[in-house]
Amino acid sequence: MIQTIAFYLFAAMVIASGAFTILARNPVHSVLWLILAFFNAAGLMVIAGAEFIAMLLIIVYVGAIAVLFLFVVMMLDIDFAELRAGFMKNFPLGILIALVLLAELVLGVGAYRAGALHLGTPDGSAAPLLGRSNIESIGALLYGRYLFLFESAGIILLVAMIGAIVLTHRGARAVRGQQNISKQIARKPSEATVNTRPEVGQGVEL
Amino acid sequence: MIGIEHFVVVSSILFVLGVLGIFLNRKNVIVILMAIELILLSVNINFVAFSAFLGDLTGQIFAMFVLTVAAGEAAIGLAILVIYFRGRGTIAVDSVDRLKG
Repeated sequence: MIQTIAFYLFAAMVIASGAFTILARNPVHSVLWLILAFFNAAGLMVIAGAEFIAMLLIIVYVGAIAVLFLFVVMMLDIDFAELRAGFMKNFPLGILIALVLLAELVLGVGAYRAGALHLGTPDGSAAPLLGRSNIESIGALLYGRYLFLFESAGIILLVAMIGAIVLTHRGARAVRGQQNISKQIARKPSEATVNTRPEVGQGVEL
Repeated sequence: MIGIEHFVVVSSILFVLGVLGIFLNRKNVIVILMAIELILLSVNINFVAFSAFLGDLTGQIFAMFVLTVAAGEAAIGLAILVIYFRGRGTIAVDSVDRLKG
């Protein structure tokens, strides 16, 4: 009973905050709604029995990605009202496509309910360890069967980090227009200026 | 009792909201990136729900990889956004036509 109430609470909150994320006028509010959506999705995952992924979601999404979004939104000086110009124009088409997509997805769930689809049966090789916690089972799997995939995930993160740094790094600023004082002092009037007496209408050859 | 369909319906609605967000905020790259994060979140909910109901942890491992890719994508996307803003002073998507040739 309490599980059902919690599920509907989290589900309603995640959907509402997802809707406010895309509808909010101010992108800062969008990021804050996104953080709420992540928290509630983590709650849903706890109900499903995946505590580790839920905590990971909070740490990675809220702690890193959402803060990154907040930094960028606040750092750039952008006229957001101008960016919302096409909002109402795109609204009917967007709603139409969203409804069609939703109908298709719900149709899939209905087909499963009617017995037309069958879920695959797991072979038991990745089953949760008996009497162990969720994180212990995931750790055994991650550092055993999926070790190379785990390390390649690390390489992906390394490449993303280097890429982001290379893209935004400005490098040592090239020094421009530097004064050479001794050259200035050594300059004499005789070699710097020329006295000419051009004919009228002839112009001066430099 | 909460069945697998409940989770699938919630994640479908979240996925559709993400797609709708891309359509509605066609000019604002930041909100488009956030909508992509919503889509990835809905996929993660799906993975975790199926993993829990089938008693197979592979789905949760896969959700971690989705999380990794989402983090990398957000970092690279926002870095591109920052250098684009430095060069042009705006982030409107419809003015991204430099590569038209």
